[in-house]
Amino acid sequence: MNLSAKNITVTGRIADVSATLEPGKITAICGPNGAGKSTLLSCLGGLITPDNGYAELGGVPLSDMAPIERAKQIGFLPQNGEAAWDVAVRNLVALGRMPHRDAAREPVDAAITALDLEALQDRPISQLSGGEKARALLARVLAGQPEWILADEPLAALDLAHQLALIGHLRKQADAGTGVVIVLHDLALAMNHADRVVVLDKGSFAGQGAAEKMLSHAVISEVWKLDIDWLGESGSKALSIR
Amino acid sequence: MKRANMILLVLLALALPLSLLAGRVWLDFGVTPNAEVILAQLRLPRALLAIIVGAGLGAAGAAMQGYLRNPLADPGLFGIAPGAALGAVASFWFGYSASAWLLPIFALTGAAGAMALLALIAGRTGGIALFTLAGMMIASLAGAMMSLAISFAPNAFAMSEIVTWLMGALTDRSWREVYLAAPLTLAGILCFLMARRDLDALILGDAAARSMGMRPGVLQFWLIAGVGLTVGSGVAVAGIIGFVGLIVPHLVRPFTDRKPSALIIPSALAGALLVLVADSVVRILPTITELRLGIALSLIGAPFFLWLLLRMRRGYSGGLM
Repeated sequence: MNLSAKNITVTGRIADVSATLEPGKITAICGPNGAGKSTLLSCLGGLITPDNGYAELGGVPLSDMAPIERAKQIGFLPQNGEAAWDVAVRNLVALGRMPHRDAAREPVDAAITALDLEALQDRPISQLSGGEKARALLARVLAGQPEWILADEPLAALDLAHQLALIGHLRKQADAGTGVVIVLHDLALAMNHADRVVVLDKGSFAGQGAAEKMLSHAVISEVWKLDIDWLGESGSKALSIR
Repeated sequence: MKRANMILLVLLALALPLSLLAGRVWLDFGVTPNAEVILAQLRLPRALLAIIVGAGLGAAGAAMQGYLRNPLADPGLFGIAPGAALGAVASFWFGYSASAWLLPIFALTGAAGAMALLALIAGRTGGIALFTLAGMMIASLAGAMMSLAISFAPNAFAMSEIVTWLMGALTDRSWREVYLAAPLTLAGILCFLMARRDLDALILGDAAARSMGMRPGVLQFWLIAGVGLTVGSGVAVAGIIGFVGLIVPHLVRPFTDRKPSALIIPSALAGALLVLVADSVVRILPTITELRLGIALSLIGAPFFLWLLLRMRRGYSGGLM
């Protein structure tokens, strides 16, 4: 089922943005600060009701879905995820079952295994490193077995190795058919790891397509006002700013 | 969690008979004159009321701390306790307090008024910040109106009654108060249990909780109803008894898995135990007049609060969070 934005306007943030996202792919939402990336992601996750337009999943507007039904299908990972209480990793991951109103063990075990958290599952969240915490928070989303994973800058606070590890986990999910949508600031990560890129500029839709096309010299020059070159081979490109 | 509940139940089962025997007169059946009457008409309703009020305040504290994601939150923040107190003060002011049911009914009306105002201001948007500020505003307004009532009390007797009642106590309570508070408190705790999943989801913040299907307006409904019923009925029968809702969840939290849902029942049991023991202690202290329960708990609670703040300032959160 496609996840789509239909002429979404959130006053003061984004205006008339339309985009269609496909399952089984990693889609990066890119744009300079203030472009409205997080707002678009929140609309796609059903967390913000647009002033105009709507988001829909498989042709059904999110606003017509009960929150619990939407939650079963769309897992959302907010920016700067912090736990208010120092719960154990396993209990944190098990929160992902909330939309299903069950305490099923298998999806929680599978999420813990998928993100290599077996050894840490009884540890309080406060005793995890930044990378481990990011994995635990993503595992919470996976435990809900959503068809879509929406993540707001999940790589922002991680070092390069942990960024690559986490994006590797997201790739596995996409390869298994889950739609993955991430807000990304790092254009090199978007270029190398995203299948599709949606570019926003000052709250407006600037384009959608393959990463090579949407992060070309011309687009980056126009949207980010930067004169750049891409160095290296496809899949391991580096950004060079002139 | 189940182990914590069992331990607390055993402690309650031990404390209850001791509480029934303890007081200015230590009951000794066969020796103490009218021991059966003292037990049935004074000690038993008073002990049960301590359990009911304590359970309500403890559960409300656990729910509030979960909702506000803050270990320093207290049910008083919602403004419902001051609203109930204002209702009771009004019954003294107008001279209705002598009638058996009117004082608690006035107090419950005050609690309901505060709940309605809170729901009206916070609206259906369900923002936590707006909700907290609205509660603080209601508490402040109710406090100011109580001060006004004391300042313009119709006579010295009414003023003295208001001030004494506000200190909170379980002295001379009867079965009537038990019958009033028990069903309301139970209903309030059930409201918190209805909110338990949403409170757990809030561990990860508002956005994550909403993405998991939490409906902020529904959660607020259960919390307003829960706090209104537990705290409102507690204030209606015992006056203001502070700090129980703040202290108890902290004492219990290390013995649970720290999720708000796991804290509600143990906090209710621990709150019941704390108020029962504190009320027994104030009865046997060799003071000329009985120390008011509200004052005793504040004397314990305020230093505890300061200790919490100091621990937080040092950056230690192991026991807190």
